[in-house]
Amino acid sequence: MAPRPRGAAGPVDERELLSAGDVARTIARMAHQVIEKTALGSPGAPAIVLLGIPRRGAPLARRLAARIAEFSGHRVPVGVLDITLYRDDLRRRPTRPLESTRLPDGGIDEALVVLVDDVLFSGRTVRAALDALRDHGRPRAIQLAVLVDRGHRELPIRADYVGKNVPTARSEQIAVLLDEVDGRDGVLLRRRSGEEVASP
Amino acid sequence: MKHLLSAENLDRDTATALLDTADHLKRTLLGREVRKLPTLRGRTVLTVFYENSTRTRVSFEVAGKWMSADVVNVSATGSSVGKGESLRDTALTLSAAGADCVILRHPASGAAHRLATWLDGTPTAVVNAGDGTHEHPTQALLDAATLRERLGSLAGRRVAIVGDVLHSRVARSNVRLLATLGAEVTLVAPPTLLPAGVERWPVAGISHDLDAELPGLDAVMLLRVQAERMHGGFFPSAREYSIAYGMNETRLRRLPEHAVVLHPGPMLRGMEISSSVADSPRSAITEQVRNGVHVRMAVLYHLLAGEEHAE
Repeated sequence: MAPRPRGAAGPVDERELLSAGDVARTIARMAHQVIEKTALGSPGAPAIVLLGIPRRGAPLARRLAARIAEFSGHRVPVGVLDITLYRDDLRRRPTRPLESTRLPDGGIDEALVVLVDDVLFSGRTVRAALDALRDHGRPRAIQLAVLVDRGHRELPIRADYVGKNVPTARSEQIAVLLDEVDGRDGVLLRRRSGEEVASP
Repeated sequence: MKHLLSAENLDRDTATALLDTADHLKRTLLGREVRKLPTLRGRTVLTVFYENSTRTRVSFEVAGKWMSADVVNVSATGSSVGKGESLRDTALTLSAAGADCVILRHPASGAAHRLATWLDGTPTAVVNAGDGTHEHPTQALLDAATLRERLGSLAGRRVAIVGDVLHSRVARSNVRLLATLGAEVTLVAPPTLLPAGVERWPVAGISHDLDAELPGLDAVMLLRVQAERMHGGFFPSAREYSIAYGMNETRLRRLPEHAVVLHPGPMLRGMEISSSVADSPRSAITEQVRNGVHVRMAVLYHLLAGEEHAE
């Protein structure tokens, strides 16, 4: 039998895990959790900085900051942290384009940095982000917020704020869609039917 | 991209990607305490220079080090080149010694291309850091980065390249890259300093009258008068050259407000450019050097950070 070309293993089975409304509610809940866990605004609480990891972590961080401001009245600085130059898999793929890193004017020294990303999977992106942060300063603490945790960690890393836990198979794909990048909001689970049997 | 040998072979997408990467790297490193990225850890970069150079060699060395590559400098004096080893044998030796990238400056046009041919079948990448009077692609890239930064974009911008076009690899690389990026280039030089066949270059015009061109320009790129390559009288005197083609205060006033002055260095103050112009805010000469590091980091990133090229 002729080998099937990769990526043509059959029709893609797609299921919606979160609707646009669910995404908005999830971000709002995460905002409340950040306010509570960091004791935002109370005396002695550390300054908070949200850093989004491109691409979709960046708009997520901005939305999270907007909801935090709405619920608590405190404006938290938002930045973008590109981790491409710190990846451990650069030589396994064609050259990746870079995004710009933009830290808030106040920097991150002594701040409580909350890293924001769309999906937590192997944990390698977060590991790269921790390395990158070390070159930018010395935060008082670092926390992690993700919209979806899909499991399959390859490193001892966990999130402090999780929008939704989704048990997945490795071969499945999680697609987080955000209006700023994709034109609409939503979280999809994609699975190629017959994929498991098609693999050699 | 396996090698960077000439600006002529850079298509618009690749050139733009390199400039974008350089721009991101610049912003990423801005104001940082630790100007060191782990990206090229464990990769070995050799600079092999058969000609004198300060800024290009230093710029490549800094670029490599900021990305954590191991950079080894080989100069023609003090190496086996002095014992009569051929370029080919030197190249094979360097590759066998574990060079992931060889950055070559050589007085012979086409040397980098030859080197790349000899290294075919090895993983070693070659960057042309200037070959004779042929090309100097990273200089053209850093000039393009500087112009893009100062002018916002390159498409439709009018750039004059002024001076010793005949001996200038900087001019050749810039003409090609600027044309690829959509700028309109005019060459301004005495007839004796224009090469044969220049009318076939992708330029919008060729002129011998700098003053007539100035009012319509977005940028003036001055070239160094390369006395070391001149064997004969190309112009009557340095003073006369300076009067006809030197950039001075009077000429600066004839340029539009926004126009910028570039020089690849090393500059001969009082010859191609007056001191007051070189040090004025209209001059982007120090920015060129600064951008040179980021552009060369981008080149190393594109050559060395992706997956190995199948040979």
